[in-house]
Amino acid sequence: MKHKENKKWFLLGLKHGIPIGIGYFAVAFTLGITAKNIGLTPGQAAAASFLMHASAGEFAAFKVIAANAGYVEMVLQELIINLRYLLMSCALTQKVPEKTNPVHRFLVSYFITDEIFGISSTVEGDLNPFYNYGAACVASPGWVLGTFLGALTGNILPANVASALNLALYGMFIAIIIPPARKNRVIAAIVLVSMLASSLFAWVATFIPVSSGLRIILLTVLIAGIAAWLHPIEEGGEKDEE
Amino acid sequence: MKNSILIYLLVAAGVTYLIRALPMTLIRKNIKSRFIRSFLCYVPYVTLAVMTFPAVLFETASIVSAAAGFCVAVLIAYLDGNLFKVVLGGCSVVFLVELFLV
Repeated sequence: MKHKENKKWFLLGLKHGIPIGIGYFAVAFTLGITAKNIGLTPGQAAAASFLMHASAGEFAAFKVIAANAGYVEMVLQELIINLRYLLMSCALTQKVPEKTNPVHRFLVSYFITDEIFGISSTVEGDLNPFYNYGAACVASPGWVLGTFLGALTGNILPANVASALNLALYGMFIAIIIPPARKNRVIAAIVLVSMLASSLFAWVATFIPVSSGLRIILLTVLIAGIAAWLHPIEEGGEKDEE
Repeated sequence: MKNSILIYLLVAAGVTYLIRALPMTLIRKNIKSRFIRSFLCYVPYVTLAVMTFPAVLFETASIVSAAAGFCVAVLIAYLDGNLFKVVLGGCSVVFLVELFLV
């Protein structure tokens, strides 16, 4: 029974992980080129990707390495850029059943990327860790292999193909947030306000430097906080309130 | 030289993993506060929306192709909702627009 259930979730995760894997491959390829440019070997670049699974975090790490800066600088950079994963992890704690084995918690944590978080935080009902494993099984190789090949070959993808593929991960985010927004007016308002506020912040950031990592956290806490205060979810259940 | 790159990567990976794992392993209970539960429920939508826009506009070769790809992706997501179709549709539009534009 349980085994069958896990298998079902794993296969669903695999299926949903395919577009993530493709998008990852394209983005990681660019990341690999960056790694090559600062003098990392393809192996080191792939190791970075396997160890971190974080695009902005890895770009930042490469910059720190290139600058030959101190380890403390590395810690601070990663802390700021990746702090959004803290919020994502908090959100996921309410999706996995209370009794979930700690081993699963450690493993699920390893693959909290923007995209895997996106699909797993919005599944209906409880989250089965095997869904995340399924997604990770396709997404992670795409990410690691993309980095490796990028660092190995440099810029070989035709420019227009690379340009089009850059939209893939954003397309995924859109596919995650728009359908629930259609069903729920609060979520629709949240999405709209978030995009507007983010644009405003991006514009302000051209005068006052605010890192994109910090921007994401500030806006998330602010907007999700206000939304929770104005429209708390219905007690004892789902957020569909209409 | 090689050594220090390894340490750099391990430091970066360690910090990143701790950030991801601490809440997941420390918060084992369902949170009772309605406010916090609502907050966490809304987090994904805000975070993903903020990461998408306006960043998406500057990711392709031209802001026009990105805007077109974005609009089509939103439209497909609204009408159909299938992840694969949204991604494929968005990327194809970028490709086509750049074919005529650049």
